[in-house]
Amino acid sequence: MTADAHRSGAGPPAPSRTALREGAIFDRRVIAEIQRAANEGIYDIRGFGAKRPVPHFDDLLFLGASVSRYPLEGYRERCDSDVVLGARNAEKPLHLKIPITIAGMSFGALSAPAKEALGRGASAVGTCTTTGDGGMTPEERGHSQLLVYQLLPSRYGMNPDDLRKADAIEIVVGQGAKPGGGGMLLGQKISDRVAEMRDLPKGIDQRSACRHPDWTGPDDMEIKIGELREITDWQKPIFVKIGGSRPYYDTALAVKAGADVVVLDGMQGGTAATQEVFIEHVGIPTLSAIPPAVESLKELGMHRKVQLVVSGGIRSGADVAKALALGADAVSIGVAALIALGDNAPELADEYAQIGSAPGFYDDWHEGRDPAGISTQDDELAARFDPALGGRRLANFLRTMTLETQTLARACGKSHVHNLEPEDLVALTIEAAAMARVPLAGTSWVPGLSD
Amino acid sequence: MAMVESAPAVIEVDLAVTPLRELNAALHRVSGDDRGSWRVLNPRGAHAVAVGVDAPLEIDVEGHVGYYCAGMNKQATVRVHGNAGVGLAENMMSGTVVVEGNASQSAGATGRGGLLVVRGSAAARCGISMKGVDIVVHGSVGHMSAFMAQKGCLVVCGDAGEALGDSIYESHLYVRGSVAGLGADCIEKEMGEHHVAELSDLLERAEAGFEASEFRRYGSARTLYNFDVDNAGAY
Amino acid sequence: MALGGHLAEMLLQLGDRGPDSAGLAIYRDRVPSGSTKVTLHSADPRQDWDRVHSALDAGMGAGALEVRASHAVVVVDTDAETATSWLSERFPELRVMSAGEAIEIYKEAGLPREFVERFDLASMSGTHGLGHTRMATESKVTTDGSHPFSTGLDLCLVHNGSLSNHNRLREQLRAEGIEFQTLNDTEVAAGYLTWRLREGASLEAALEGCLEDLDGFYTFAVGTVDGFAVLRDPIACKPAVMAETDEWVAMASEYRAIAVLPGADDARMWEPEPGTVYSWERQPV
Repeated sequence: MTADAHRSGAGPPAPSRTALREGAIFDRRVIAEIQRAANEGIYDIRGFGAKRPVPHFDDLLFLGASVSRYPLEGYRERCDSDVVLGARNAEKPLHLKIPITIAGMSFGALSAPAKEALGRGASAVGTCTTTGDGGMTPEERGHSQLLVYQLLPSRYGMNPDDLRKADAIEIVVGQGAKPGGGGMLLGQKISDRVAEMRDLPKGIDQRSACRHPDWTGPDDMEIKIGELREITDWQKPIFVKIGGSRPYYDTALAVKAGADVVVLDGMQGGTAATQEVFIEHVGIPTLSAIPPAVESLKELGMHRKVQLVVSGGIRSGADVAKALALGADAVSIGVAALIALGDNAPELADEYAQIGSAPGFYDDWHEGRDPAGISTQDDELAARFDPALGGRRLANFLRTMTLETQTLARACGKSHVHNLEPEDLVALTIEAAAMARVPLAGTSWVPGLSD
Repeated sequence: MAMVESAPAVIEVDLAVTPLRELNAALHRVSGDDRGSWRVLNPRGAHAVAVGVDAPLEIDVEGHVGYYCAGMNKQATVRVHGNAGVGLAENMMSGTVVVEGNASQSAGATGRGGLLVVRGSAAARCGISMKGVDIVVHGSVGHMSAFMAQKGCLVVCGDAGEALGDSIYESHLYVRGSVAGLGADCIEKEMGEHHVAELSDLLERAEAGFEASEFRRYGSARTLYNFDVDNAGAY
Repeated sequence: MALGGHLAEMLLQLGDRGPDSAGLAIYRDRVPSGSTKVTLHSADPRQDWDRVHSALDAGMGAGALEVRASHAVVVVDTDAETATSWLSERFPELRVMSAGEAIEIYKEAGLPREFVERFDLASMSGTHGLGHTRMATESKVTTDGSHPFSTGLDLCLVHNGSLSNHNRLREQLRAEGIEFQTLNDTEVAAGYLTWRLREGASLEAALEGCLEDLDGFYTFAVGTVDGFAVLRDPIACKPAVMAETDEWVAMASEYRAIAVLPGADDARMWEPEPGTVYSWERQPV
């Protein structure tokens, strides 16, 4: 309708303006995703872990020393942080100086220099790294004093020599980002070297198995664990890694099947590439997975005898201390380690902008275009990453987390971080209280338990 | 450990008397080029017999074995005079493994090299995720055989069950009998000269008295190599 | 060696993969029709079985009651339905483990080797039997959660694997009048078979119904008055080994359980195909 017709008085009145209102259900992000799916006909794939808010360690607080409890002085009054993993059956358990390990991340997902940096950093502080879905690289074995070798459904690169070179073996049943899913690596990251290690044609999308090829179920996993022990002459601890799902049963079954260590990865755990719906909608928060797993170990008389390593959103010494207080023996970091190496660095803002992202937001790790040279197989990009510098940064971060953990533990009067216990914690929300099974702050109420 | 030398070069281990752990430890202690002969008696379905061997030994297992016999084998020739359970020669790297009887599920799973011969039949998932091993089955194989098979050859002188070669990458499959059904992205393919040569060589080495001309070849259609929405139904 | 001894040896071989509990259904000492053999379980270690026997004898006529650990077997002079109703009214604390003409079901939480000793399996003769060792996946380790599960007169079920749709199915079966004591997935499969058979299906049809109506992973073995049946789900990840000689036919999750049987070395061995019902019946001599 023309302006003239309007001025003449004929036609309907001008529409009034109301404020733009975004829906909570169909918000901008959801609308954009539906539009993308309509364009492309395929699910969205990305890296990183769950991004939406879920109850987490931030909802827990420590009860520091007061009149009834006394703190330890820093420095002189020791607060030890060492942990031994895998003494149940292995001749050579892992002795770690700090209760923080580096989680499994594949060469393929990460560049070779990134894997080297992880090894350097971990070794500098006396802890271990873990291989990933793709096998063991000489860089990682060379630079990691202690290396855990994963046995995944894909079995890419699996061989007995690496099994024997490893310090421990981790049977991966699942990971927190996608319990029930298999590995994923898209064609753009299947470089010559990756292709050769994985026995795949170069440049194709790797399809993945979600079940192990030669066993299904805990009763058959027991036999598999037996085989791995026989191949390695009973020397090495056997870990079993599970994604947070039914941790009470899964932990019991791992123990019954013969695991020396249980690694429990909550839904916040990262991935190099998975469907967005899988990351956000399958698996339970780390906080809610720990108490059932610990309960299971206690019922079997195995708490502290079969160690529990927790991962999935561990970001600081506060998270470490809280996980330990809930009953874990150690924690593992993945995403945090990559960030310490240099992922999402603010200095790369321009480069991130060129690929449609920004520091603090970059999660398209599956694309292999990482300007930081970490989640890429592109030789030029990877060459930008300095593994020695990255290693130092990781070591700094690990030391910081350890110091933070010790600070909190001392404030609670503990001379060893393992003496942190659930009674040192309270919760800020009802959900966190129910999940962590600790009281709401200022009350004695634990929803579901003390009702 | 009780070991008896019954002939100049044969070391005998009786699993009715000797713990499995000692047998495997002893096999692991030999030097990497040891060509000695070993006989394992009374396996009675034990699991993980002769696993992780890395020397060109000749190992004869007298009886039926349980799961994962000859798992991750390197260089050795392991002969099972009986049937084998789940995961026979899983992830084998090189050498030869022969089972005189039948093999249970996942025979040769994720194998990366060497030759596996099943003189009887293999069950489901024969050659699952194979990564370079060659497998020759004188009899038939069960369903989901060569699932996600990446490299290496699977030769079936009998019949193949449902979903053969589902999600296959670059392995070559040769079947002489009937195929109950092909898996996603697996199709029949032409036999070129080099395929005939490859198959004939395997049949000879496996002592299977058939001609390459009696077999049909199957392999990847390669439509799932890079995602295309029109193939979504295959996933 | 009596049948029970062979079954005991088989159970011991599978103790590692199933450390939580063990159970046995054995078919023996067939009673005349009109009578019913009932196996009872008591959670009370000081159960007064004499009192139970006197009451049964007075109520309906009963033969001698044979006690085996926490279980007792008695033959009563009436049909199964009458007997079990009467028992659930008069002795609700006792669990009826099985009822029929020949079957006896024994099961307990604890290690298989303890079960074998406590129940003196070696002394039991019989025509055929089904044993099970359990590694509990998602439900509690209790007597009730152990296998075999009774699914009807002279019928029982053992299961290796993990079902995935049993919770909805349990509700549907409850609506059909089937009762459940546990949250165990196998109990649902047993209840499903009971229901199908009650509605007139043959055992074979009921087992084939499993392929349609049950979801998840399973190798099933079903005991019948004259033999047994075996079924694997269509994906068939869980193991199953069959062996046959002129003297016997046997099935087990692993060969080493069969290896202990006399003549096993020369037995014909094969694996059941997925999604196929196999059954064996003793021919009357």
